[in-house]
Amino acid sequence: MASLIQLLVSGLATGAIYALIAVGFTLLWQTSQTINFAQGEFVMLPAFFVLAAMNLGTPFWVAVLVGIAVSVVILGLLFKLVVVDPMLRYGVLPLVISTIALSLLLKESAKDFYSSQAQPFPALVPATDIHVLGAVISTQSLAVLAVAIATVAMLHFVLNKTRIGRSMQATAQNPTLARILGIPVQRMVLYTFVINAVLVAIASLLISPIYLAKFTNGETLGMAAFLAAIIGGFNQVRGAILGGIILGVLDNLSAAYLSSQYRAAFPLLILIVVILFRPQGLLGRIEERTV
Amino acid sequence: MSRLSLFAAALAAALGIAGSALAQSTVYIPAVLELSGAGAVSGTNFRDGMLLAIDEINSKGGVLGRKIETPLLDTQSDAGISRAQLQKVLDNNPYVVLGPVFSGSVLVDMALTQQAEIPEIVGGEAAAITQKSDPYVFRTSFGQQFSMPKIANYIRDGVKAKTVAVLWVNNDFGKGGRDNFIKEMAARKIKVVTDVSTESGQADFSADVVKIKGANADAIFVYLNEEESARFLREAKKQGITAPLIGETTLLGQKVIDLAQGAAEGVRGHVGLTVDAPIPAVQQFADRFKRRFNYACDHNGIKGYTAVYIIKYVTEKMGKFDSKLFAQTLHGMTITPRDEPGVLMEVSFDQNGDLDRESFLGEVVNGKQKIVATLPKLGK
Repeated sequence: MASLIQLLVSGLATGAIYALIAVGFTLLWQTSQTINFAQGEFVMLPAFFVLAAMNLGTPFWVAVLVGIAVSVVILGLLFKLVVVDPMLRYGVLPLVISTIALSLLLKESAKDFYSSQAQPFPALVPATDIHVLGAVISTQSLAVLAVAIATVAMLHFVLNKTRIGRSMQATAQNPTLARILGIPVQRMVLYTFVINAVLVAIASLLISPIYLAKFTNGETLGMAAFLAAIIGGFNQVRGAILGGIILGVLDNLSAAYLSSQYRAAFPLLILIVVILFRPQGLLGRIEERTV
Repeated sequence: MSRLSLFAAALAAALGIAGSALAQSTVYIPAVLELSGAGAVSGTNFRDGMLLAIDEINSKGGVLGRKIETPLLDTQSDAGISRAQLQKVLDNNPYVVLGPVFSGSVLVDMALTQQAEIPEIVGGEAAAITQKSDPYVFRTSFGQQFSMPKIANYIRDGVKAKTVAVLWVNNDFGKGGRDNFIKEMAARKIKVVTDVSTESGQADFSADVVKIKGANADAIFVYLNEEESARFLREAKKQGITAPLIGETTLLGQKVIDLAQGAAEGVRGHVGLTVDAPIPAVQQFADRFKRRFNYACDHNGIKGYTAVYIIKYVTEKMGKFDSKLFAQTLHGMTITPRDEPGVLMEVSFDQNGDLDRESFLGEVVNGKQKIVATLPKLGK
């Protein structure tokens, strides 16, 4: 029982991080048809922004704010203006290839300009443990869960309860109609890129104390979040959240109770089952295209 | 012939002579290494150790009067790319090839160097590398078939364990180590109560630690790459594992200790190469490395450094550059620091390309690797 609780909490914490990254995937897809294969590297990079700021003598919490701000500029604004806008007019595929190229560029740049070696990254809360029913639960896991839930709640509030959020939703559902209604569509799209940058920066702050900051971190994170988004439903934010949680928890449980050797195969197995029986994802909606 | 053609012919001849003279003034020893991707830490350490040695040798006039020319080719930590890079350098008729470090890449590459009859000095530790009767492959550190008996003896005699849990990384390095370790445990009648495989680059070890903890073994043998070792140690500490954690070089390195942030305290194991070795030459090398590259060298840095000096010594002993003769000469050779200070420690090569040298038992004490015993060469 104690082991199960431990695995569930740890899996939920990892899943919550996957969910944050997957939500970014779905937001970009919904508003601009961008599938960002550099999303994993977007999560890897903010940790290095924070570490670089700390190396300049900035206190940790100020460095965190610097890291988020730099992420918004580089991974939000510049990404949209320099990569997405020029490529999008040529269709989804060239943009996908561009983001793959960007992922390689970011990965190798982090290695060359910072270090090829993994770096310890400060945790948001001190590393203490809580004992519940014989299970050892780390406060870091609980903090990760709390921050992720708060972030998703805030995102939900912005998207559903504010004028800007509703305009973004209108842009996602029908950009032409949104434009006729006077919604500044381009600005709304830009906002989703900024939100994605903030989400990946938060994910980076949460995951780096566990993963350690390393230039290769994006490979596994990007793939996990991509799978989570497809499993949950690529066109639904809540689907991405569900997909992330399922992936995180099942990964832990399958490794402990089924086989650690085949743990990497289980998410793919789930993906196949979902694609066979519910291709739009668990919470996704069917998108019909007409000619 | 026109005046222009004459001029062109003269220029071509002059360039040819200049090119030939340049080729004669250098010796081509390319390095195929993991400079990006998952193996970048190992590859860059090997590279930097190698570059330090090359600069030292070249500044003193080179080898037999020829400067070492070492282009660096990146395998991207991928065996297929490694093979393609090696093919590229073999087309230029190298004297010796250095690298790669990843055993998977070495196992793919070595058939090419054997076919070309070019010696390859590698960083890989998988047992299989020197079990293929390849006369052109040479190690820079212990193969697992030599290090595992030392660890097994320590677990039997030092820890006095009757049961052991094994945690390993599922790549050529990890699988080779695990297979050899289990064989050695069986030979000593120590029961392996759980055998847990992990993925390269794995970040979350909570499930693995739960499994291992449930096995209640007398000792836990950990055979992962460095960063995964650190992540595992943190999780093991979090879940309150009390059984002794025993490993190899990749569990006790300073980088692992730093990354584990206190969780490596008390970890023990066998260390084939370490900058903490109680040998002045090794420590002086570590200081030079740190001054030059601004980071602490790991065992791969020592591999790269000593590999270049082994080439220098063997070549000077032969008195000429002959790849085939190089391989023949190095088999069965012993090089002492008195012969060549750059080898740092006395080293002997057998007929398979395996090496033998002193090694160490280490323990992490107060955030540092402390060498508690020096183990003699196996051949002594």
